Parts: sequence; structure tokens; C-alpha cells
Amino acid sequence: MTLSNGYPAQTVIGLEVHVQLKTETKLFCGCSTTFGAPPNTQVCPVCLGLPGALPVMNDAAIELSIRAGLAIDCSIPPMTKWDRKQYFYPDLPKGYQISQFDLPICADGFIEIPDPADPDSTRHIGILRAHLEEDAGKSMHDEAAGRSDTRIDLNRCGTPLLEIVSQPDMRSSAEAKAYLQELKLRMTHLGISDCEMQEGSLRVDANVNLHIEVDGKKIATPIVEVKNMNSFRAVERAIEHEVDRQYDLWEETGKTIDDESKTTRGWDDNAGITFLQREKEESADYRYFPDPDLLPIRLPIERVEAARANLGELPGAIRIRLAQQYGIKPYDADVIVNQGPDLIAYFESAATGSGDGKRTSSWIQQDVMRTLKDRDIGIGEFPVDADSLGKLLEKVASGELDNARARDVFAHMIETGQSVEAAITALGIESVDNSELETLCQELLDANPQVAEDFKAGKQQAVGSLIGQAKKKNPNANPQQVRETLIKLLQG
Amino acid sequence: MLDSALEILRLQSAGEATAVEIAGAALDAIEASQPTINAFTHVDREAALSAAAAVDAKRAAGGRLGPLAGVPVAVKDVLCTRDMPTTCSSRMLKNFRPPYDAGVVERLRAADAVIVGKTNMDEFAMGASTENSAFGVTRNPWDTTRIPGGSSGGAAACVAAGTVPLSIGTDTGGSIRQPAAMCGVTGLKPTYGRVSRYGLIAFASSLDQVGPIGWSVPDVALMMQTIAGYDARDSTSLNLDISHYTEVLSSHDLRGLKIGILRESMDRDGVDDSVRQATLDAADVFQSIGAEMVEIDLPHNDYWVPTYYVIAPCEASSNLSRYDGAHYGHRTSDLSDSDKLGPLVTTYCRSRAEGFGDEVKRRIMVGTYALSEGYADQYYSQALKVRRLIKGDYDAAFSQVDLLLGPVTPTPAFPLGQKVDDPIQMYLCDLFTVGANLAGVPAISLPAGLDASGLPVAVQLQAPVLEESRLLFAGAAFQSVTDHHKRRPS
Ligand SMILES: [Zn+2]
Repeated sequence: MTLSNGYPAQTVIGLEVHVQLKTETKLFCGCSTTFGAPPNTQVCPVCLGLPGALPVMNDAAIELSIRAGLAIDCSIPPMTKWDRKQYFYPDLPKGYQISQFDLPICADGFIEIPDPADPDSTRHIGILRAHLEEDAGKSMHDEAAGRSDTRIDLNRCGTPLLEIVSQPDMRSSAEAKAYLQELKLRMTHLGISDCEMQEGSLRVDANVNLHIEVDGKKIATPIVEVKNMNSFRAVERAIEHEVDRQYDLWEETGKTIDDESKTTRGWDDNAGITFLQREKEESADYRYFPDPDLLPIRLPIERVEAARANLGELPGAIRIRLAQQYGIKPYDADVIVNQGPDLIAYFESAATGSGDGKRTSSWIQQDVMRTLKDRDIGIGEFPVDADSLGKLLEKVASGELDNARARDVFAHMIETGQSVEAAITALGIESVDNSELETLCQELLDANPQVAEDFKAGKQQAVGSLIGQAKKKNPNANPQQVRETLIKLLQG
Repeated sequence: MLDSALEILRLQSAGEATAVEIAGAALDAIEASQPTINAFTHVDREAALSAAAAVDAKRAAGGRLGPLAGVPVAVKDVLCTRDMPTTCSSRMLKNFRPPYDAGVVERLRAADAVIVGKTNMDEFAMGASTENSAFGVTRNPWDTTRIPGGSSGGAAACVAAGTVPLSIGTDTGGSIRQPAAMCGVTGLKPTYGRVSRYGLIAFASSLDQVGPIGWSVPDVALMMQTIAGYDARDSTSLNLDISHYTEVLSSHDLRGLKIGILRESMDRDGVDDSVRQATLDAADVFQSIGAEMVEIDLPHNDYWVPTYYVIAPCEASSNLSRYDGAHYGHRTSDLSDSDKLGPLVTTYCRSRAEGFGDEVKRRIMVGTYALSEGYADQYYSQALKVRRLIKGDYDAAFSQVDLLLGPVTPTPAFPLGQKVDDPIQMYLCDLFTVGANLAGVPAISLPAGLDASGLPVAVQLQAPVLEESRLLFAGAAFQSVTDHHKRRPS
């Protein structure tokens, strides 16, 4: 990338991703983490920070964090501890957040992503750390009718978050998006998080600046942290906007990282711009210290190794295996893997039953996924189970059913939940035996002498006009078989 | 005899008094003493009488009664009670009614104790004189011109005044033992983690511990038996079996027990002769009933108070940040001239300025400073290192002796107002007590005589972690051959 004044520039992006862990209860109390409950109904003395209440560790959050760490190739240290991060905030009832400072639960990992600039290579994105912390509540500002009330909902207080901090290794908005997609895929695949950005279970902050080479020396523009982005698209757009803005600003003012400390900006999705939120004249002093209410957590190597053994196959490995094992294209394997473990299992068992991976993959991507989308259901609720789809496609592969008839059968199975055989019977589909088909074809040839003549004159496609007629006389006749039989008869 | 829980239990089972009569007598005594002593921040006559009536009904129906059935008990106002205000003697929490009971309070109720009310204290348990209370000072029943000690001043004074036989205090740097010593009663600070902190409004979480105050060791043992034990709601609670505290008290023979006397610390400047003499006399008593006395030293003794006065304020500054005027507690009504900081920051600042007293503000400031960037290494981290050395001293000492004997306070109770403007002098009241909190070991304060002006003087025994029964055993033996604990204020 080159600036208008001719200097080469590189974009530098680091992401901080907050992933809400899929635990039944909060990090330090027994309150439910279900999204969308009426305000302040999922609270107790502990998560409200009432005087005298004490936190008690939810072990499920530790287990999920270990899984998450292993999924992004982090090391899990033998001991981790809790620290208090102090700041006053209306959504933070204790006046401090229980978080992890110097001994996070996961450290030093990485993710390989496809290189958006080169489809044949990958990019290695380092992960600095991932630490566990409790979420804060939510303020709702009600400025209607000239009032300026703020209502506070503390339902979210104490919900477990894993903050995954990348190295500043990304060089474009496309890489940032690819990183987020891969991260989300791994977290959802392993059941660590739902990663629903609309529900706030995945939140992204992006640190962006430019490295500009001026006369052989590298100059960095001031780092900007963009907060509050609620879609991957927004992250991409915000980064792109920030890159442009920082170019212009540097050309205009020449300000570098040494002249200005990190600032925080928000993202206005409608206007497509970032806006200044907070100028950190001096960095916030959170006065971290070890939380005396919680003991350090020992994570013996046996526990980490047991979690590793239970992790199962990761999406990247599954993608490669599906392509090889079922003979499908990497793109198709990717589509299936991105749908999550249940659909992968569905595909594998249907493909095994049909004996035709390509056909199964294409049916799942077209017919199955379309129905899921139309009905807004998951594969678990899909009325046709994997075995039945396998059986149906096996019939197509063996020529017993043509594609069009198979679609009718499939539609019937979805509507009624019947088995393949029952659906075929219900639709009156019978297999047509060879002698029956020959009789039918002979009758058609006798009635249409012109076709035989054309054929003998070298126009093989002339038989095509008879296929439709055969189908009319016997809807069960397989068009391919009809064609083959006609040719056989004509060739005598 | 309203000042012995065991006697109260006997009276009831012998049919000589009902729980209602006993509660009524306690409530009358409290009412009579309140104008002079002011040991209570809240007394609930009705609730106490109905709890007592429930005990009587249960007894009449032949139901199983708890170990403290019908015994009036007072609770320091730092422990949450569902049916009474819990104020920490602070304007900040003046109207706070917790929606839940502290773990200790639950256990007292389950033991059929009759909770009569909440006792006065130094605000948020910060102080050594109970003069830092938003609800007025508590006075020492032995001499009402003097302080009762702190911060559990109300809890010690209500026992000393003969209004209840037992009370619950908390001890962060000596807050049970020091007022117990100054009020001539017996107070036990258990091992850190032995008694649940759930529902104890935190001052310094790594040091706070709940414990009993009473006239005699057997009474204190009885209450300890009730309140000790694991609570899953407190992560620092020890999940270990508890000893049978009440069963170790029968033998008065200390042969085979080695007690180290902390001679060096006694000979410091500022330690009153009466205190030194009482300790030496107590050593003679222990020797006379079979204990072997040796002199011993805890080398980092000089660092106890400075270490404590870094760690405790650091934790306090964090624990007290929840009182921001937004969620509960005192909120300022004055948002005038808030343009500069905005209404939110103004709410925080003014609510805290109005809600907290001077000592609390002082410690918040000290703690905030000591934890701040650039100073944390110099103060907080350094204090944690010294704390480990102090623990090491205790480990070394307890590899040589079974118990440590020394003073509790440098002086007997001093006049009200004497040290109120001199925080350093006030902090030195904790000279002998903070070591046990820093190391997490149990310690007991035992009445050991009266000084020339008739004020109580006490001695302290300290034991290795979880050896409360050793303290109670030695303390009961001491009380079986002395009558210091039987003296009463006139
Ligand atoms: Zn809760």
C-alpha cells in the first residue's frame, strides 16, 4: 500500500474478542445466564455485589476456557489466579471487576487463516493470551420527555467472558474478518460459545494503526481502539475507515505514536465512520491486585490433557478429512464444516449411507440447508434423518430413482416424516422392469417412424422427443433408462 | 446469672427459667445500659421475644433444641441479618437491610440462639476504640469515661455490661481480642477460614475473621462449636472437620505443653507496666499447672504494624468501592454545581464524601495510593513479601512450642478522645494482635487482672492454624485456677 505522498504503508491490526462462555450459570454465583430475561430478574447478592456476598468459582467456566485455549493452540499454565480490576462504573456493582491480570488461564497461541490475498497460502495470527472475567451490567438511557433517567439492568453481571487478545499480526480488514470467522467457528464448533453478536455473546474491539516507511525508517501512527462493533461487516468497515482516516491525518499532521497515546473511538454503522469516545491523556490505573476472596486455581497437567483428549477433531482437520474421505471439493467441505458439528455428523452419516459423497454434499447444501433456512430450524429438528437421506440418495446413485422423482420423494418425507420406502409407495412410484420398458419403447418407436429414420441418419438426439412421451405414459420410467433402451432398440 | 451461657442453658432445662424470661431480662438490661454504654446500634425486642417464645414452644413440645437454645446473643453490626438493619456503624449503610443472613447468623439461628440486636463498632471495623461510629461512641462498662476498645467495642461492652452472655465480633487486626482485653472478657479470633465470612461485610478480606466473645472459655467454646465449619459460599472457608471444642476443657493439667513467652515484644516502649506484669504472672500460672515456659521471639515483629497498615487499607479501598451511591446505601441529594464532573462522578464523589467517616476515608486513600501504578511494587507487593516472612516466623516458633503467650494491648482502656486525633498512636494499639491476622493463626484474649485504677488487663495465647482447641484447653485451665474472668465492673 502506498500513500499519496509516495511512502509505503502497512496496516497493523490486533483484535480483542470477548466471547461469552456457554455456561448454565454465572461465573461466581448460581444465577442463570439465559439471554433476554426481564431486567434484574437473574440476580442474587453475589452478582449484585451486595455487602457481605462472596464469589464462588464456577468450574464449568474453567473447563470451557481450557477447551477454548486448546482450540487456539494456547498453553494452559499450571496455575491461574483472580485479580480485581478497579474502576467506578454504574454497571459494575462492586466497583471492581474480577478478572485475570498477570496469570491468565491461556497464553501464547495462534490461529492459521486462509490468506485473503493468496488462496494457496495461509497466515499465522498469534494470540497473546486469553483471560477469564466477569461481565458488567447494562445501562439503558431513557431521555424521553426531557427526562434523563438511566435504568440499570444487572442480569448480565457476572456472566463469564473469555477475552482473547491477538498479536497485532493482521494486515488488512479481510484478514481481520477471516480471523474472526475462524475464531467463531472454533468456539461454536466446540460448544464454548454461541458467538451471537446481536446478543452480545461475541464482542470485538479492534486496535488499528499504520506503519509507514519514511526514508528507510518505520514510523507508526497513534493506535486507535475501535469499540462497539456488532457484526463482522462492521469490523471490516470500521478498519477500512480507520485506515483511510489515519492516512489522511498523518499526511495532514505528521503525528506519530510518540506524539499521541492510544485513543478510543466508537463505530457509527449508519454513517460508516468512527468517532472519538475517549482521549486517554494518561492510561487508566486499574490498581490490579489478587482477589483475596478467591483462591488461585491449580490446573494440573492431567486435567489439561484430559480436556485435550476430549476436544475431538477441530474444524480445520475435519475440512481436510471430508474433502479426502468423501471426494468433495474443499469449498463444499468448508460450507458443511461451517454449519457446525451436528450438520457435519449428518453429512457423514448420509454420505456413508448413499455411497456418494458429492451427491450428498450437493443435496445437503441445496435441499437440506434451504429447508432449514426457510423453516428457521436446526438440523436436529429436521424431519428427515441422515440414514433416510442416505437411503434415498443411494437409490438415485443406483439409478432406481431419477433426480426429479427423488425430490418428490424427499418433499413427501419432509411433509409426512415417512420412510423412503413408504414415501415411494405413497407416491405410487414403482420400479419399471426392463421388459416392461422395452415394450413401452417399442410401442413409441412404432408410433413414431420418423424418429427411427432421423436416428439412422445420425441424429441421436432425435430420441429425446420420445422420452417425454414415455414419462407421460408411465411416470415411473427413468428418463436415462428410457434413452438407453430406445438407442438399444434402434441399434438393433 | 445472665452472664453465662451454660448457666442459662441449665436454668432452662431445670425449668427454673424460660427463654422468654431470659430474653426479657437481657432486653431490659440492654435498655438500662444503652444510655450510658451505647453498645447497640439496633435492638429488636419483639423479634427477640418471639424467637425466645419459639424456643419455649419447641421445648414444651419435646422438640430437639439447638446447642444455644434460648441464649441471648448480640451480633456485631458488620454481619448481615435479614430481619435487622446492617449498618457497619456507617452513614453509608444507615438504612441498609440485607435480603439475607450471614453464614454465622444462619448457624446461630439454627442453634436456637436468640439474637437480640446488633452491636456498635468502629465504622466498617476500622479503628481501635469504637469512637469511629456514625451512631456515637460506645463506653467501657468498667469506666464510662474510657473507650471499650475496637472495633468490636459494642460486642465486648455488651458482654462486659452483663446484658448478654455471648456476642459475635470480627477480628481483622485484633478487633475481637483488643476490646475483649479492655472490657475484661474472653475473646477468640479463630484460624482464617475456620468460620464463614459469607455475609460479613468485608473490611480486609484476607485478614477478616468472625469469632465469639464471652466471659469464660467454656462459653466461648460453646459458641465456637456453633459457628465454626465449612461454608461452600465462602471460597476461603476450610473444608475440614471441626474439633469438639467443648470436649477438651475438662483437664486442667498442662503437663507436656510447651508455651513460648514473647518476652522481647513486651519490653517495648509504650507497653504499660500492668500489662507486662500481668503477662509474667500468667506465665507463672501456666507453669504452676504443668506447662513448660520458654522465651521465644518472632523476629519480624517490628514489621507487623506497617505490613498490616499497607495490606488492610489496600483491600479496604477495593472492598469499599461498591459504596458509590448508585446501587444502595447513602446517595447524595446534592447535585448542584455538577457541571464540571458530570452528574455521575458528582454522585460518586459526594455520596462517598457524605457517607464515610474520616478514618474510613483515610484508609481508602492510603490503600488507593499503595495500590496505584508505580507504588504497588514499593508498598503492596513489598507488604505481601513481608507477610510471608511473618508467617515463616510463626511456623518456626510453632516448631518449638505449642502456644505463644504475650500481651493483647499495650495499655488498659484509655480515655475517650485521647488518641482520636493521632492515627499512628491508635494504630499502635494493634501492636500485639495483627501478627495472628497476617499469619492466619488463632488467638485468644484472656482476662489476667486489673491495673491500679481497676481496669482490666489481659493476656493473649496464640496457636498454630486450626488449633483452637489447644487455645480453649489452655485457656480453660488458666481460668480454672484464676478468678480474673469472674471480676465484674461495678
Ligand atoms: Zn447471581
